[in-house]
Amino acid sequence: MIEVKDLQKSFGDAHILKGITTTFEKGKTNLIIGQSGSGKTVFLKCLLGLFDYEQGSIAYDGKIFAQLTEDKKRDLRADIGMVFQGSALFDSLTIVENVMFPLQMFTKQSKSEMMDRADFVLKRVNLPNAHNKMPSEASGGMQKRVAIARAIVNNPKYLFCDEPNSGLDPKTAIVIDNLIQEITDEYGITTVINSHDMNSVMEIGEKIVFLKEGLKAWEGSKETIFKTDNEVVTDFVYSSNLFKKVRKMYLEESQ
Amino acid sequence: MQYLHNIGVYFLMIVEMFRKPTKWSVMKQLILKDVDDLIIGSLGIVSFISFFVGGVVTIQTALNIDNPLIPKYLVGFATRQSIILEFAPTFMSIIMAGKVGSFITSSIGTMRVTEQIDALEVMGINSLNYLVFPKFISLTLYPFIISIAMFLGIMGGLAACVFGGYATLDDYIMGIQTEFTPFHIVYAFIKTFLFAFILATVPSFHGYYMKGGALEVGKASTTSFVWTSVIIILLNYILTQMLLS
Repeated sequence: MIEVKDLQKSFGDAHILKGITTTFEKGKTNLIIGQSGSGKTVFLKCLLGLFDYEQGSIAYDGKIFAQLTEDKKRDLRADIGMVFQGSALFDSLTIVENVMFPLQMFTKQSKSEMMDRADFVLKRVNLPNAHNKMPSEASGGMQKRVAIARAIVNNPKYLFCDEPNSGLDPKTAIVIDNLIQEITDEYGITTVINSHDMNSVMEIGEKIVFLKEGLKAWEGSKETIFKTDNEVVTDFVYSSNLFKKVRKMYLEESQ
Repeated sequence: MQYLHNIGVYFLMIVEMFRKPTKWSVMKQLILKDVDDLIIGSLGIVSFISFFVGGVVTIQTALNIDNPLIPKYLVGFATRQSIILEFAPTFMSIIMAGKVGSFITSSIGTMRVTEQIDALEVMGINSLNYLVFPKFISLTLYPFIISIAMFLGIMGGLAACVFGGYATLDDYIMGIQTEFTPFHIVYAFIKTFLFAFILATVPSFHGYYMKGGALEVGKASTTSFVWTSVIIILLNYILTQMLLS
């Protein structure tokens, strides 16, 4: 579980996060949603410790990140898996070397043990035959799956995904969403996903935190987001004609 | 103020580069890869340039000695002094700032743009140690390149001198042996070591701390070349004043 209390972050005069308090629950897919510029990426980077923040606290299973020593922070980071928006695979390494990378850095496993583990996770993300390809030879969807494999290879307790569906076609996006959901359930990971994709919300949003202008405007689940009267949320959720029609049908059915 | 800030960040980067070392088994691979990219990969261009510039220095010196009282062996002497004192350590380093420096800035800058550096940081890896330290270690072999540049420069001069008919082989060889001062070699290698440090760290600084996208990677490479060259020229002046005057 990750607990965030009154998180505030500024860049110069620009106050980006204005005091966010929320909890990301263990074994659930937690979504951070909001419009572009609402502070989602800054929030995620603060959670990951990539940005320092002026006020507030972030606690990983009760351990306040800012109060940990450098060694403890390093240990904690070994429990974190991250899927970046652009996958962030290492260009100079093959796909299997990318997946083995965290094992090489943090474990004392032999090469054959690392290879076995990499084989296992690559099969888990449905990429059994791509080991020796370079990242540049893989499609966007394949790169995302390799990034997921690299993120989970070390059995992390926390999985962060920054817009995992961006740049993917709707069908591949659903495959990636379902994969993240399955992995979260299977390993009981605390998963935090940064997204503005409403399909993801409908597919996997077990807990949703809605940000607007650096503040938490709403939180709930995929079941409650369609029933909420919060205007800020409904403006965002029903911004497309498709979702407006879905809502109309939903309201008609419930009457 | 921005310049002062950048100088401070540069020195903090150097301190950070030596902290939290990466696992030796991984670091060994990175060093070998950088030796291949930065040292072995530069041998061809360094050899080509050194040989022909050595030849040009010899021809120009010979053509400017038109007084029959000046002995012909001075052509070899002047070529040796030019190559060892200035051309090989300093001007070859400026050429390397273009070749190696741009490569370092663009490769680290691209890693910054594509969030690969963030990926390292999230994993708890000291990205400066992982990225910059192997380049620094591999460039400690840079004097090896400069030795080759010195040798080939003098050989290029010999070839131009003999085949161009500017002096005899014996004259040229006598010239390169005349009044040889071993300290000049020491001076050249002191400069080379310091330039190697600049070549590893200044382009890394520009790549690591760049902001923006692909266009900015190109701009960072250009800025890196300019600053690396400026620092090498200034350092060359200061070291020459300190060591030779």
